[in-house]
Amino acid sequence: MAKSASFQQLILTLQGFWAEHGCVILQPYDMEVGAGTFHWATTLRSLGPEPWKAAYVQPSRRPKDGRYGENPNRLGHYYQFQVIWKPSPDNFQDLYLGSLKALGIDPSLHDIRFVEDDWESPTLGAWGLGWEVWCDGMEVSQFTYFQQVGGFDCAPVSGEITYGLERLAMYVQGKENIFDLDWNGDGVTYGDVYRQAEREYSAYNFEHADTTRLFAHFADAETECAALLAQGIALPAYDQTIKASHLFNLLDARGVISVTERAAYIGRVRVLAKGCCEAWLRSRGHLPAA
Amino acid sequence: MPELLIELFSEEVPARMQARAAEELKRLVLQNLDGLGLSHESAEAFATPRRLALVVRGIPAQQPDQKIEIKGPRVGAPDKAIQGFLKARGIASIDLCRRVSDGKSESYVFDDLARGMPTEHLIMNFIESELADFPWPKSMRWGTGTTRWVRPLQFIVCLFDGRVVPVSFAGVAAGDTTRGHRFLAPALIRVLGFDDYRAKLRAAKVMLDAAERKALIVERAQAAAAGLVLIEDDALAAENAGLTEWPVVLMGSFETAFLDLPQEVLVTSMRAHQKYFALSNPDGRLANRFILVANTETADGGWAIVAGNERVLRARLSDARFFWDQDRKRTLEGRVGDLDAVVYHARLGSLGAKVGRLERLAVEIAQYVPECDVSLARRAATLAKADLTTGMVGEFPELQGVMGRYYAIQDGEQDTVALAIAEHYGPLGPSDRCPTAPLSVTIALADKLDTLAGFFAIGEKPTGSKDPFALRRAGLGAIRLILDNGLRIGLGDLFAAAVALYAPVVEASAAGVAAELLDFIADRLKVHLRDEGVRHDTIAAVFAKGDDDLVRVVGRARALQGFLAGADGGNLLTAYRRAGNIVRIETKRDGRSYDGASDPGRFAAPEEVALNESLGAIAEKTARALADEAFEDAMRTMAGLRPPIDAFFDRVTVNAEDRGLRENRLRLLAQIQATLDRVADFTKIEG
Repeated sequence: MAKSASFQQLILTLQGFWAEHGCVILQPYDMEVGAGTFHWATTLRSLGPEPWKAAYVQPSRRPKDGRYGENPNRLGHYYQFQVIWKPSPDNFQDLYLGSLKALGIDPSLHDIRFVEDDWESPTLGAWGLGWEVWCDGMEVSQFTYFQQVGGFDCAPVSGEITYGLERLAMYVQGKENIFDLDWNGDGVTYGDVYRQAEREYSAYNFEHADTTRLFAHFADAETECAALLAQGIALPAYDQTIKASHLFNLLDARGVISVTERAAYIGRVRVLAKGCCEAWLRSRGHLPAA
Repeated sequence: MPELLIELFSEEVPARMQARAAEELKRLVLQNLDGLGLSHESAEAFATPRRLALVVRGIPAQQPDQKIEIKGPRVGAPDKAIQGFLKARGIASIDLCRRVSDGKSESYVFDDLARGMPTEHLIMNFIESELADFPWPKSMRWGTGTTRWVRPLQFIVCLFDGRVVPVSFAGVAAGDTTRGHRFLAPALIRVLGFDDYRAKLRAAKVMLDAAERKALIVERAQAAAAGLVLIEDDALAAENAGLTEWPVVLMGSFETAFLDLPQEVLVTSMRAHQKYFALSNPDGRLANRFILVANTETADGGWAIVAGNERVLRARLSDARFFWDQDRKRTLEGRVGDLDAVVYHARLGSLGAKVGRLERLAVEIAQYVPECDVSLARRAATLAKADLTTGMVGEFPELQGVMGRYYAIQDGEQDTVALAIAEHYGPLGPSDRCPTAPLSVTIALADKLDTLAGFFAIGEKPTGSKDPFALRRAGLGAIRLILDNGLRIGLGDLFAAAVALYAPVVEASAAGVAAELLDFIADRLKVHLRDEGVRHDTIAAVFAKGDDDLVRVVGRARALQGFLAGADGGNLLTAYRRAGNIVRIETKRDGRSYDGASDPGRFAAPEEVALNESLGAIAEKTARALADEAFEDAMRTMAGLRPPIDAFFDRVTVNAEDRGLRENRLRLLAQIQATLDRVADFTKIEG
């Protein structure tokens, strides 16, 4: 393996690689999301006939996964690198393998495998088929062909690649602890940048988040989203959907949503997501005007 | 004779779908060939992660000609009609036709020959539509296409007799090229026929046959174990064969410190996510080694692959240790309250409520389980589900129960209680080990009865192939727990009690639901005993007596079956039916019943007297034998009825002129039925 790349170099390499293949390099969606898939550049743009190629880093928050910075493998906030390509090209797997080579993972020395892993997001009303990609037994990416988003068929189909950047970096750098990752190649570690945040956000997510206010915020976001959908403006409405989704995740982490209620809340977010997808398709002229 | 070779080359096909897909491909192609009158000598189907392949050998190049008869006009029909027929069919003269008579009139028939089509054309015609409808469990679209396949399709090889059959599917035109191993031999390969295909793939690091890959994995894994014992796992070997085209077996190790973790945790960590085989020392303790199956050969002999996998396993085991340490900070007892927040089923309340019912049911059942301590049964029921709130079971749901046992021992619970927690989910199927420890049996049965009662009470019964709550498995589990342990339990009352425990969450008629459950158990019992050679109608005949003690039901059914198989039983059944038919017909005609005792004073023939006496004696003896559960004795006793019944039917006329005589004889016949019905409901016996 080539001399191990810093965390930031990994991102720059991936951006460079996909830019060279004609992707629009975007910046992260400025909302709190659980995964790169929630960026409008993936959800909304994967609908409709227009070709679209984009790549971006997305900071992602999963309040429940926070471990106060004490678990070497788990974070409440982490990074995904996302590639979305519509229609999915015939050589998508080969392109992906090319990106691994660019990162210094040489398939002639490693065991790279595509292992069945179908993807479903009940919150987005979306699903697709694909794999998790293994490198020497470690899952380093998710690879999905979108079939439906927001309950609408994806035609043409988008191909999506999600790299788990911390996992990849641990692999490339040979580190056993996320917080030991070399961030910049010049002495700054992942822990230097994020350990305090992990501690404080874990305290917030598990102990201090005011659930009464969060429930109220959820209801507000839901109401606001419905009002915006009535005006047919999909993108601002989508912001509110994402807000509601994150608020739900916070409430879930606080343990105040029972198993039965869980399904109901997910269903409420899904209704919003579907409304946004429909408004998006209408505004682009792919569905008759409301 | 020519050979057909098909390969469908795609992005990675899920391991679990490969074998079935290969068989389906074979079945569909052979079914079509057969339907077209095309024979074949042999066929073999193969699957790897990237390809489905089929070879069919010995197919004729041309479909055989087929004789067909073309029916013409009647002999003597107007000339115009005959000329029209000849012209339409291109027949030169009516003299070329045969005359065929149907007995009434004669008509012309022309013997024609339908020319067989070239096989290649016929294959083209059916392949495309079969691929379009291929029965994948899940399929997808990709790119701009609308066609579905399991994953994007990249190549099709379709060769008949060495020539490309120009089919096309999902935008891919068939050719004679494929690819080898994704990394070891990615170049295009041109193939001439199956033998060439198989040999060239092998050279290109692809082992076509999954059985060969699997055998190689097991053989190499055993060899690699060297001194250690490979913990064999057939399903795991098959899965690895489905994840590799060129399996390479490697061995890795982990820190011995992890060996402190429960063995099941280690094996599951290795197996569930990583697909590794575990190894043990000759003394049975787990070794700190594992076998992994890679899909490639590397210049460093797999050094980097092993190092990478070891790191992944270390992270997983660290996670497992974290859960193990965290989980043990609380006692199982302390977790019981948490179950109130976990939904068992939306309409059946929480797991906490389920535990409350299990406690009461366990106490009830414990009375019927020999040597079962009631207070320990209550304790085991209280703790049975507590491990569902632990981090370890959250991560590895398949370790439910198993972890509960470890945590219970940790908490200082009695060993029998800990064992009952581990075993109460069993038996999980017809071949799974059935618990035998009294406490385990009690909790396992309570769990199953509670599950069945709840879902039946809300009308969620299994239908056809749908059984989302695995109730059939629960039913069979209950049956095995009772029969294998010889438990003498009145199931109806227990079911009614179990249903009543759901109040007020579920309001249902306890007696009504219990009756439905007994029917369900009777059906499951028929299925279970069928495998042991017990006829389903004998079970039905015994169940119809309303007995809900399964041990007794089965004993009676077996004795009945033995009896019916002998000459006495067969004849007695015939007599029973004959008597029954006569009584039924006369009852209907006369509009009155012939139940009740006959009057000994009115017997005219000695055969009547003899039969009546036998019936009385035998009824009494049978009742005694039944009470003693000496079912074979009861059957043997009944066989004694045969001579007097035969004699009666030989010599006595039932429908006598004298009304009183006739009625008395009908009553006697009705008594034959009544006597036999004490043992089983013979109307349910078939054949």
